[in-house]
Amino acid sequence: MSATTAQRPSPSAQRKAAQRSRRRAEAPRTLGATAVLWLLVVVYGVPVAWFVLSSIKPAGELFSYPLTLFSKQPTLAGYSQAWTQFDFYRYFGNTLLVATITTVLTVIASAAAGYALAKYRSWWLSAFAVCVIATTMLPTEVILSPSFLVVRDLGLYNHLAGVIVPSILTATGVFMFRQFFTTVPDELLEAARIDGSSELQTFFRIMLPISRPIMITLAIFSFQWRWNDYIWPLIVLNDPKQYTLQIALQSIVGAENVNWSVLLGASVISMAPLVLLYLVFQRYVMSADLNAGLKD
Amino acid sequence: MFALFFVWPAAIGLYYSFTSYTGVGPARFVGLDNYTSLFADSSFYAALTRTLLFTLMVVPATYVVSLLSAVLLTSEYTRGKTVARVIFFVPWLISPIVAGVIWRWLFGENFGLVNYLLLQVGLHEVAWQSNGNLSLIIVVIASTWGSTAFTMLLFIAALKSVPKSYYEAAALDGAGPWHKFRYITLPGIAPTSFIVVLLGTIGAMKEYALIQALNGGGPGSENNLIVQYIYRTGFERAQIGYASAASFVLLLILMVIALVQMLVNRRMEANR
Repeated sequence: MSATTAQRPSPSAQRKAAQRSRRRAEAPRTLGATAVLWLLVVVYGVPVAWFVLSSIKPAGELFSYPLTLFSKQPTLAGYSQAWTQFDFYRYFGNTLLVATITTVLTVIASAAAGYALAKYRSWWLSAFAVCVIATTMLPTEVILSPSFLVVRDLGLYNHLAGVIVPSILTATGVFMFRQFFTTVPDELLEAARIDGSSELQTFFRIMLPISRPIMITLAIFSFQWRWNDYIWPLIVLNDPKQYTLQIALQSIVGAENVNWSVLLGASVISMAPLVLLYLVFQRYVMSADLNAGLKD
Repeated sequence: MFALFFVWPAAIGLYYSFTSYTGVGPARFVGLDNYTSLFADSSFYAALTRTLLFTLMVVPATYVVSLLSAVLLTSEYTRGKTVARVIFFVPWLISPIVAGVIWRWLFGENFGLVNYLLLQVGLHEVAWQSNGNLSLIIVVIASTWGSTAFTMLLFIAALKSVPKSYYEAAALDGAGPWHKFRYITLPGIAPTSFIVVLLGTIGAMKEYALIQALNGGGPGSENNLIVQYIYRTGFERAQIGYASAASFVLLLILMVIALVQMLVNRRMEANR
């Protein structure tokens, strides 16, 4: 259909005039759409803004009416109190360890599984694919108590490994890679074989490097999932020394008398690393074609 | 690994659901006792109804808001898209625990911003925390707020893959924006819509952290969702057998929902 428009002769002057009038006709529409978009942005942004702005108010000002958006005497007291009162170094360390190790292993496992599903044919691979789809149906939350028993019987209870190991395999990751590797031509694989490269070499030297965008996207997602994980670490970890950030935070929330200024400070501290990470890598997240991994 | 952490737990879970296992000692076989007492337990029903109600509100809300924001972010008529995208994404980065804190802070009964604003415009304070239905609605709002970005990302990818020539053809036929959206965009993103609804339903059915941080399932135990029920019986009261039975009921419900959605999806595709 677009061909018909192109065929119609239109001198440049006429086209320019048409364009100008079109732009004028579109002005209200641009205004309307932009207004709606920014209304949504405000609705989404205000809770965070209010929260962060409140966290730099001195404790006395938090509840004093009339409420003000900006503090009269901004202070970092809430932060320093939260920082000294809680073992943040330890919680950060634990969470960072869990999130990083899980992410690395998730990326490797998903890449290998996705590659196998895309490039090799055998009956047990198809069976495995069905099982992976089933895991999206069978999240850990649903089989909490039995999963807990398995981890306990393996001797992983109260170890960070108990948090890490069960969360390595994710269906989303496997499918993201599978979808990507099906688009890689088989000729590349055969050429490598003819050159005498072993299957493992082909995988590590050729396939992994070309899947870099997928790796980065999955890494960001996986890191976010693990950083924010709550219920599974809560069940596996019992010793406060092993606590991850989210459990530690929830223990302040659950207290009888909430010390809001400490809680606000601690919450902002806990979300800062992830927000920074996101700002650095956000262009990868935005260009991710997630549907490729999920459509199947 | 897959077998160890999914198949094996599922199998022993199924076995324990027929026993009175408490985590220590021998597991005594009790047949269907757990299931019969589960179906006689009014707090189980309460948790289940609350979960379904929560799902029925969150999934459509997330769908509408994230589709709207995705359309606006891909539209040629909007300005400031880059900044908007970053802001939309922040809620997704924030953990459910912190999100719970944020919304609790906003909707506090004596100190919250929302009640303060209501007073300023001459309305009464609202009991956001002590009224069970209102506090469920806050969880719905918070959950929608937190899950929009991910869904929006799926929709953006889908919207970009709808062929532009369809819109041009429709424009030549004189179709307005609503018609274009209704007859080109919506059918074009149907597969993604299906995934979004499916993932959204599963996600909502197993919500835990957010509600735990926001109101602890309160007031009282009015807003305990199903995972909370499982956690309480299994880990706080150490009735692992009983909790396993509840897990399996949840699993069964999820599977039925997924199957129904897949059937509906297939039928819709066959009709097209």
